[in-house]
Amino acid sequence: MRSPHPLFVARHGYRRRRIIDAARVLPLLGAFLLFLPLLWVGEGGTHIGVVYLFAIWAGLIVAAFFLSLYLRHELANPDPPQDEEAG
Amino acid sequence: MLTFNLLVFVCVLYVALLFLVAFAAEKRAEQGRLGWLRSPTVYTLSLSIYCTAWTFYGAVGYAARSGLEFVTIYLGPTLVMVGWWWVVRKLVRIGRTQRITSIADLISSRYGKSNLLGVIVTVMAVIGSTPYIALQLQSVTLSFAVFASDRPEGWAVPDLNSTAVWVAAGLALFTILFGTRNLDANERHHGVVTAIALEAVVKLVALLAVGIFVVWGVAAGPSDMLSRIEASPIADWQLNGGRWATLIFLSAAAFLCLPRMFQVLVVENSDERHVATASWAFPLYVFLMSLFVMPIAVAGLSELPAGTNPDLFVLTVPLLFDQEGLAMLSFLGGFSSATSMVIVAAIALSTMVSNHIVMPIWLSARRGGASMSGDVRNVVLRSRRVSIGAVLALGYFYYRFSGGGEALAAIGLISFTGVAQILPALLGGIFWRGASRVGAALGLVIGFAVWGYTMFLPSFGESYVMSAGLLSEGPWGFGWLRPRALFGIEGIDPLVHAVFWSMSLNVIAFVLGSLASFPGPLERLQSAQFVNVDDHSASARGWSGGAAEAEDLLVMAQRIIGAEEAQALFQTEARAQGKYGYLPDTTPDFIRTLERELSGSVGAATAHAMMGQIVGGASVSVQDLMAVADETAQMLEYSSQLEAKSAELTRTARQLREANEKLTELSVQKDAFLSQISHELRTPMTSIRAFSEILMERGEVRPEELTRYSSIIHDEAIRLTRLLDDLLDLSVLENGQVSLNWQKGGLHDVLDRAVAATGSMPAERPLTIHRDAAAETVTLTTDTDRLRQVFINLIANARKYCDAEKPELRIEVRRRGAVVQVDFIDNGTGIPKKSQNLIFEKFSRLTDQAAAGGAGLGLAISREIMVKLGGQVGYLPGQGGAAFRVTLPLTQPQTDAAE
Repeated sequence: MRSPHPLFVARHGYRRRRIIDAARVLPLLGAFLLFLPLLWVGEGGTHIGVVYLFAIWAGLIVAAFFLSLYLRHELANPDPPQDEEAG
Repeated sequence: MLTFNLLVFVCVLYVALLFLVAFAAEKRAEQGRLGWLRSPTVYTLSLSIYCTAWTFYGAVGYAARSGLEFVTIYLGPTLVMVGWWWVVRKLVRIGRTQRITSIADLISSRYGKSNLLGVIVTVMAVIGSTPYIALQLQSVTLSFAVFASDRPEGWAVPDLNSTAVWVAAGLALFTILFGTRNLDANERHHGVVTAIALEAVVKLVALLAVGIFVVWGVAAGPSDMLSRIEASPIADWQLNGGRWATLIFLSAAAFLCLPRMFQVLVVENSDERHVATASWAFPLYVFLMSLFVMPIAVAGLSELPAGTNPDLFVLTVPLLFDQEGLAMLSFLGGFSSATSMVIVAAIALSTMVSNHIVMPIWLSARRGGASMSGDVRNVVLRSRRVSIGAVLALGYFYYRFSGGGEALAAIGLISFTGVAQILPALLGGIFWRGASRVGAALGLVIGFAVWGYTMFLPSFGESYVMSAGLLSEGPWGFGWLRPRALFGIEGIDPLVHAVFWSMSLNVIAFVLGSLASFPGPLERLQSAQFVNVDDHSASARGWSGGAAEAEDLLVMAQRIIGAEEAQALFQTEARAQGKYGYLPDTTPDFIRTLERELSGSVGAATAHAMMGQIVGGASVSVQDLMAVADETAQMLEYSSQLEAKSAELTRTARQLREANEKLTELSVQKDAFLSQISHELRTPMTSIRAFSEILMERGEVRPEELTRYSSIIHDEAIRLTRLLDDLLDLSVLENGQVSLNWQKGGLHDVLDRAVAATGSMPAERPLTIHRDAAAETVTLTTDTDRLRQVFINLIANARKYCDAEKPELRIEVRRRGAVVQVDFIDNGTGIPKKSQNLIFEKFSRLTDQAAAGGAGLGLAISREIMVKLGGQVGYLPGQGGAAFRVTLPLTQPQTDAAE
């Protein structure tokens, strides 16, 4: 039988879950930023669009890089309870 | 000077290098030295087959035609990889635990191992991939043609079609050599993966080199390049919101659903942690690939004459500036992009075709014959080789039929939209337990049909499948069915139109079908395993060869047909093979026998799935299936066992508590008994010692004193003897060692003798005994001596303890059926109620009258005697005095005879 998850977790576990949350939020944030150009269609030049898109792109890569450092460790030492609701 | 021969020579050299690398990697893997072959770097580079010739050549063309829109094709996959924790991680985990071999296998396995779904997805994948493969052939052919057409010096212009044929044949050869060495797709194609990793490096380096040349060689650095972009026709491009969103969605969907991407992303993955690395490294790769697309497009548009095919700017720009080495590198980059994609796509598609189309047909064709011979592996491998050839042939024919004239990007998007139809079934399958086979099949078929009608068939051009009239008027004049304006909604971009309608109708059909249908047990089991993969992943075990495999089979078989039967089956088989123990070699014969046995218990489909595992075929092993069922069953069994045990423990505890109470009580009784008996023995002993000391010490004792003292000593000695006799008697009676002398006798006689025996006793007051002679004429079978002993005891008690002024004893005899009651009732004060239970205990004397003369064992002995005689003696309250009732049977009890 699985014991019910604790409602609150220790500091380390808390940090771990928030990093996973961040990994989940990142693509949503990315999508939001990449769809943003739809709002300013026609304003500014194409080269601004180029710089904006590639900057967002690079930012996503850097964020994913730092998250992956933590998450790789997480995959190596999985913590059994994976309850998103617990905080 | 670049000559065609040199070009072909370099090409052949490059292909030879690829063969060599693949061969070396396979050798290394065979020796078990996997090392970097399974590194996250190789994994990430293998993902780069997403960047095909379409990226290498087509992206620049796309940028030249539609400006920034080309990046959407790379932004979608970037979002998917950055959000790998959502989908890719789960897919990889499912792929590993369920030993998924392809995307068709995933869908089929998820929806109850439905072969129908496997076939649908396979067909969709083959049709959807065909334009894509054609695109690669087209780009390679075009790149060859560049070197021919731009050179007026006149080396013979190669026949484009024959070039395409040669390229297709070479690719087929490579794929067959390195892609069909292993049967189990999960054993992974190390050679192929290493080769495409190398190709990934080549194409990246080539594109970067051209880009750097353009930015710093043609333009004067990045800022100059940005101003050139602003000045070029590309700047006129207007962002189309619908297309922008649609393309990002479409590329994200295709990244997950393309058979070749699924192959490298999930099937070839050896470690989940590699995905973590790829989550940023793959976006970085496509970022670098896209970085110089815009500059190359701008340079091509400004420097090259109008009308030049923008899809080939990557080649033609270096050639324009006489950078022949760069052009050659660029050519190899394009060649790499095309070949790696075709190789992996062919492997993925051939696995799907052989597992979901050829094998089921082959198996059903064999069903009639009882025997399944051992050439399953050969059948699979042969079918895969043929499939590879067929897939490439299809690509070639599409290239020929579509005329080879379309922009590369347009062809690629047709493919993307086709395979994206799998997305609802895929995501629904891994996140929604309620997704059902009916829903998935409906969604897939409807989505695919809409895609075919609105996008795929029109792509052949107006002359082939669809007439111009049909396109503009709709079939049979139904305007609302026009392929590019479904339901009469016009003015939408054709791509957005096709994606929108196919995906919406797909999702609606999928959801409604799932809601309305009821899945079978296997399907529900699978849905639980897929959706809750994180809960089950711990039990993932790979199939290794030899004894371990036989052991896995035994474990599985034991669960299905029972431990004894399975062991017997395995033992018999092992003995037939001349081996000892329970683990036979897993010969085809044995597997066949086992499958037959298993199918008797769990049905043919499941048993077949197990077989499929062994032949490297489809789906899920029964072991994994049973794991879920087993877990529940074990849990139930365990909890019921616990309940039973707990009840048993409670019962035992209660018994123990009772036993403990009894023991404590007995211990108290024993202590009391011991102290009583010591006391009883010491009293006469003390007086005997005292008087004998007087006699010894005093020299002159008067004769009367002598007589008195010695008579006291004698009396006390008698009392001691009687006590010891009583104790002995009681002990004999209690231990059941007494032998009774059963005989016929009259109750009257027994009473007479008892009264006579007590009559001689000294008494303070004479006891009057009332008897009824008539009632006493009862003849019974008993031990008359023992019975008399009881009567004597009772009469003596009355004589001793009756405290009335004129003691009287009534002896009443009454017959009650087969028993006779003898009551002894005196006229004394009786026995207090609280003591009535105690009087039959040993040494219980209510008063310490000196007259007692006994040790208080009389009633205890009487009770024991009456039990032996089959009767009882008890106190009879409420008779005006002390009353005892003796109940005894008229005849000898049957049970006593046995004692």
